[in-house]
Amino acid sequence: MARRYPDRKGRFGRFGGRYAPEILMPAIEELESAYRKLRRDASFRRELNYYLREYAGRPTPLTYCANMSDELGFKVYLKREDLAHTGAHKINNTLGQALLARRMGKRRVIAETGAGQHGVATATAAAVLGLKCEIYMGTEDMERQRINVFRMRLLGAQVHPVSSGSKTLKDAINEAFRDWLATVEHTNYIFGSVLGPHPYPMMVRDFQSVIGREARRQILRHEGRLPSAIVACVGGGSNAIGIFYPFIEDEEVELIGVEAGGEGIATGRHAARFAAGREGVLHGTYTYVLQDEHGQIASTHSISAGLDYPAVGPEHALLREIRRAEYHYATDREALRAFHYLSEKEGIVPALESAHAVAWVLANAHRFDRDDVVIINLSGRGDKDVEAVARREGAV
Amino acid sequence: MSRIGERFEMLRERGEGALVGYLTLGDPTPEDSLKLARALAEEVDVLELGIPFSDPIADGKTIQGATDRALRAGTTPEHCFRIAEALRAEGTEIPLVFMTYYNIVLQYGEERFVERCRRVGVDGILVTDLPVEEAEGLRRICRRHGVDMIFLIAPTTTEKRVQRIVRKASGFLYLVSLLGTTGARDRLSELTIEKTRWARRFADRIPLAVGFGISKPEHVRAVLDAGADGVVVGSAFVRLVERYGAEAAPHLVRLARELKGGTLLDVRLAGAEKQGL
Repeated sequence: MARRYPDRKGRFGRFGGRYAPEILMPAIEELESAYRKLRRDASFRRELNYYLREYAGRPTPLTYCANMSDELGFKVYLKREDLAHTGAHKINNTLGQALLARRMGKRRVIAETGAGQHGVATATAAAVLGLKCEIYMGTEDMERQRINVFRMRLLGAQVHPVSSGSKTLKDAINEAFRDWLATVEHTNYIFGSVLGPHPYPMMVRDFQSVIGREARRQILRHEGRLPSAIVACVGGGSNAIGIFYPFIEDEEVELIGVEAGGEGIATGRHAARFAAGREGVLHGTYTYVLQDEHGQIASTHSISAGLDYPAVGPEHALLREIRRAEYHYATDREALRAFHYLSEKEGIVPALESAHAVAWVLANAHRFDRDDVVIINLSGRGDKDVEAVARREGAV
Repeated sequence: MSRIGERFEMLRERGEGALVGYLTLGDPTPEDSLKLARALAEEVDVLELGIPFSDPIADGKTIQGATDRALRAGTTPEHCFRIAEALRAEGTEIPLVFMTYYNIVLQYGEERFVERCRRVGVDGILVTDLPVEEAEGLRRICRRHGVDMIFLIAPTTTEKRVQRIVRKASGFLYLVSLLGTTGARDRLSELTIEKTRWARRFADRIPLAVGFGISKPEHVRAVLDAGADGVVVGSAFVRLVERYGAEAAPHLVRLARELKGGTLLDVRLAGAEKQGL
């Protein structure tokens, strides 16, 4: 069953692996062995749990949405990662990796960021744990997410603009890898999603699984049963795998991932890897990748910077292949509609990323009936998107 | 013995180090790139040719720029095979090596890629993001077709890993001489010399070439004196293509001759005498 993955070589079935330049291999091996040792270490777990509880504000609530449930005709709950410190699930992972870096004696951390949420969460963890922090971010994303750029700088991080290629997340990752090639001896690369060479997809999943462990406990308390379905947006897929993973063996729970459909699959301007990608290797892992016939990586588009990436986490590729999870997409327009809907209906402004999951539920309400319980992972809050949405709609 | 092995052997008998020159194929266009490769092939001992990939994480600004120009000009792996084929048809006899990233090989089809290399006369391949652990499948295919598979070792590589890599490598062993991406540096780092001596101990049955950051004859001399069999120079050539475009040929030739001068034993001995060694 999928819970036993990855194998020793970092494989989720045929997906995953470790495709990295030789310079990085020793550091990646060191990271893996440090992580394998520390994850069983009681004092490390205590320390991480302490920061998650007392600093990040966990557990986050599982909120019943009465208005939305009434209107849709089945029960909808939101897992409120938007209420975690820094406003998204990303902090779960960055606290874990930053603590790991400190235990390994590294004094500097670097990270890529798309929407800026992972950058902010890394800068935050670095600040509280006393590590030097530098963030790589595409210039297009810096424009879309100006507030987050300022937040990172406020937190004491240095933000490096990346203007190569598509100027988005993919290029920020390229640049972060190049930094790491030169600084590997004293620097840890805090990867933001379940991507990259092994052990990142496993390690990030483990740190994010706290979402699903809490949700499982909470839904059993509220409803006395498991949910019918769990819906989450999928960029790299860390919030999705985080909530899916503790439910993987509960076969009766449907797991649904929602990719960015952008302006529609037919336009080619989207980030729906499962809808239009092929198997390939990008940034260290074998998975579904948007690319041309020669293997050149395609540029992607999504209204949400956090989903705007051409590859998907290898574990999602496996879950799809063994039919344990299904993957759909929502377009920019549908996500925007859901952004407004949730704000007006429940008084919760979702991140545009998370709005994709809400959008899928709105569009597929017919699949559920009144006995059903659906959990949407609200991976982040929408404050960072308010300005861009207002501009797009001509409100400012 | 492969063409690469024979070449290193021959140079060693002549008391010379090997100059491995690199160009990104398709830069500035596929047609011009053939002209430039042809000119450089006349001067170097081994020609390493990059098949451009859209996300070259191990490359510095210079080669990223070359990659961008090549892809903008519409360069495909097919163009690259044709350039190699044309060089061979014109009588180029030096070893040719393809350098690229794994997704390019994967999408072409590993078997088809290697088979095509052999048919057009490419003697070896080097896949930057394919470490020895992930390379077993491709390595077997290479062996079956008599194409060398070149591996990188780095300053961070542990002894245990070096031993493992040396067992799997063929053609030559490529020491990445510093931490960081490709790119010319003004000075050779201490680390480069130290790591060259270190790597020499493990590369007993295979030639050792040192690359990354080497751009001047004195770098070449220093690295060869530390025990390397050859040097790889990439960004310094690519910079000339960046500057002179389709007209870069005479500049490539001039730099290659200058660097090649650094590989000749008598020159190196003279240099050593002058320094009172």
